Amino acid sequence: MLAFTIRRLVQSIVVMLVVALIAFVMFRFVGDPVDQMVGLETTLEERAQLREQLGLNDPVPVQFVRFIGKAAQFNFGTSYQFKRPVAELIGDRLPATLELSFVAAAFALIVGIPMGVYTALRRDSWLSKFFLTVSLVGVSLPTFLIGIILIFIFAVNLQILPSFGRGAVVDLGWWSTGLLTASGLKALILPAVTLGLFQMTLIMRLVRSEMLEVLRTDFIKFARARGIKNRAVNFGHALKNTLVPVITITGLQLGSIIAFAIITETVFQWPGMGLLFLQAVQNVDIPIMAAYLLLIAFLFVAINLVVDILYVFVDPRIRIAGAAT
Amino acid sequence: MTEALLEVHDLVVEFPTRKGTLTAVDGISFAVHRGEVLGIVGESGAGKSMTGSAIIGLIEPPGHIAGGTVHLAGERIDNLSLDAMRRVRGKKIGVVFQDPLTSLNPLYTIAEQLVETIRTHLPLSERAARDRAIGLLDEVGIPAAARRIDDYPHQFSGGMRQRVVIALALAAEPELVIADEPTTALDVSVQAQIIDVLKRLCAEHGAAVMLITHDMGVIAETADRVAVMYAGRIAEIGPVRDVVKDAKHPYTDGLMGSIPTLTHAEDRLTQIPGSMPRLTAIPPGCAFNPRCPKVFERCRTERPNPQPVSDRQVACWLYDGEAHP
Repeated sequence: MLAFTIRRLVQSIVVMLVVALIAFVMFRFVGDPVDQMVGLETTLEERAQLREQLGLNDPVPVQFVRFIGKAAQFNFGTSYQFKRPVAELIGDRLPATLELSFVAAAFALIVGIPMGVYTALRRDSWLSKFFLTVSLVGVSLPTFLIGIILIFIFAVNLQILPSFGRGAVVDLGWWSTGLLTASGLKALILPAVTLGLFQMTLIMRLVRSEMLEVLRTDFIKFARARGIKNRAVNFGHALKNTLVPVITITGLQLGSIIAFAIITETVFQWPGMGLLFLQAVQNVDIPIMAAYLLLIAFLFVAINLVVDILYVFVDPRIRIAGAAT
Repeated sequence: MTEALLEVHDLVVEFPTRKGTLTAVDGISFAVHRGEVLGIVGESGAGKSMTGSAIIGLIEPPGHIAGGTVHLAGERIDNLSLDAMRRVRGKKIGVVFQDPLTSLNPLYTIAEQLVETIRTHLPLSERAARDRAIGLLDEVGIPAAARRIDDYPHQFSGGMRQRVVIALALAAEPELVIADEPTTALDVSVQAQIIDVLKRLCAEHGAAVMLITHDMGVIAETADRVAVMYAGRIAEIGPVRDVVKDAKHPYTDGLMGSIPTLTHAEDRLTQIPGSMPRLTAIPPGCAFNPRCPKVFERCRTERPNPQPVSDRQVACWLYDGEAHP
């Protein structure tokens, strides 16, 4: 188990180094950093001095090592457009995006899994057919359209939910949360549903197909032949066997929820990292783009690591195989 | 013979399909007496397993029992509610399936699966159920049962897993054990051991056995009586010694002739020409008539029903006194 975790950790670090290299290359070779930092009237001598000061004359590997050293301490330099440290900017925005993403993922799981189980067990009921039809809509409609439709219905016509912003937030010092105020929670509903709808339908369809597969297996038939209660067969024996693929997909999807919250954040003017990133792209603010790239990569890697470790808890076959090697 | 434990009368199992209704089991009747081993033998698709599934009420939809009755210890069980039938399975009828590698849930330990089964049917505490489970594993010949009980199925070999399956089938002291091809998936060297365990334990626990197999050798060594099935019907049923030594039905005769023996040096084994008809194309009259060496006119038009011939029942016009030309 420990060896397994360490092996995965090492792999994660390798992935992070590769991503860091890409971020670094972007920094160093997309335009001249000095050009982007100084005004037009700066003399050549001043530029050369700045270049020396910033260490841009050092060999590239040395610069890369320095970049990684600083990145490891969350030092990503100063934003060109805001003139503030990137770490600080991201620190301001990260809570909004993470809250939105996790609520969206929780919504997708809490609604998606029971719907998947239901549609697998009651294949022919009209409610199952209804769920499946609705899920087709969820899969095929683009996120921004779903967001706009929801705004149109709940914010414009019914006027029960706000159409933009985070509502009132409570500042906990290092984290600002919208989960503790009524207006914050209300503001969270529409963007979270918008962001989670696609994942929900995906999880529902995945759970459904996995359940149908598992329900056909011999061990389910044997469990029934032993007179085990239906509830225990369906939710114990069958559902547990569908969890490994569900965990995999949920993990991967959680990463993309965070990374691609950009569209939802734009539609709802959600003050998260996605919005920050879009502004950065528009203004060629490379420090922010590089930091965003690193952060998303880090989240993906971290989530995958957690997923790998979760497998081991769910599936004993992986546990034993991991212990043996 | 003692009182009949299981009485199957005129059982019909049908599968509605787009091309019309298929009759997988076509009006078979037989009885299993307390403490005896009844072998059911036949080719693939003869309806052996379907008969077993019908008795425990686990035919895969859309298949269903279309006629006939099943009585267990005098009580009719083919028309019970789903929940009442669930209580019969495992408690009164234990089942052993063909493939031990897929019969056990891979995510639960042997202990969890045994304890769950025991506690479903018997009012025992967790502790007592576990002790009972260890006792059962001991009986089926799992070495160091108290230690190995907490292992997962994949940590056992095929033969050991089939022993676990037998322990599970016997967990609640059933009166009847239906063993569906219990040795087919096993190594030849292990088959004899498993049959031995099954036979010995059922005798010790006073359970009758319905042994479904295509292996005439297993039947000859194990069963008290044998029913030979062909195309969904019973061709011949009687004491195993008599049937093996002096087969009455031409099909049984062909089957016996196709078993290699050590005592007779034959160049070539007897072979029944052709193959068993598909369910969609059962010939009129006796289903065996196109392949029968002793076929005559009546076989092509009228279907023979099992009728007493000395100490057994044979479904063949040869033994219908008035009909023979």
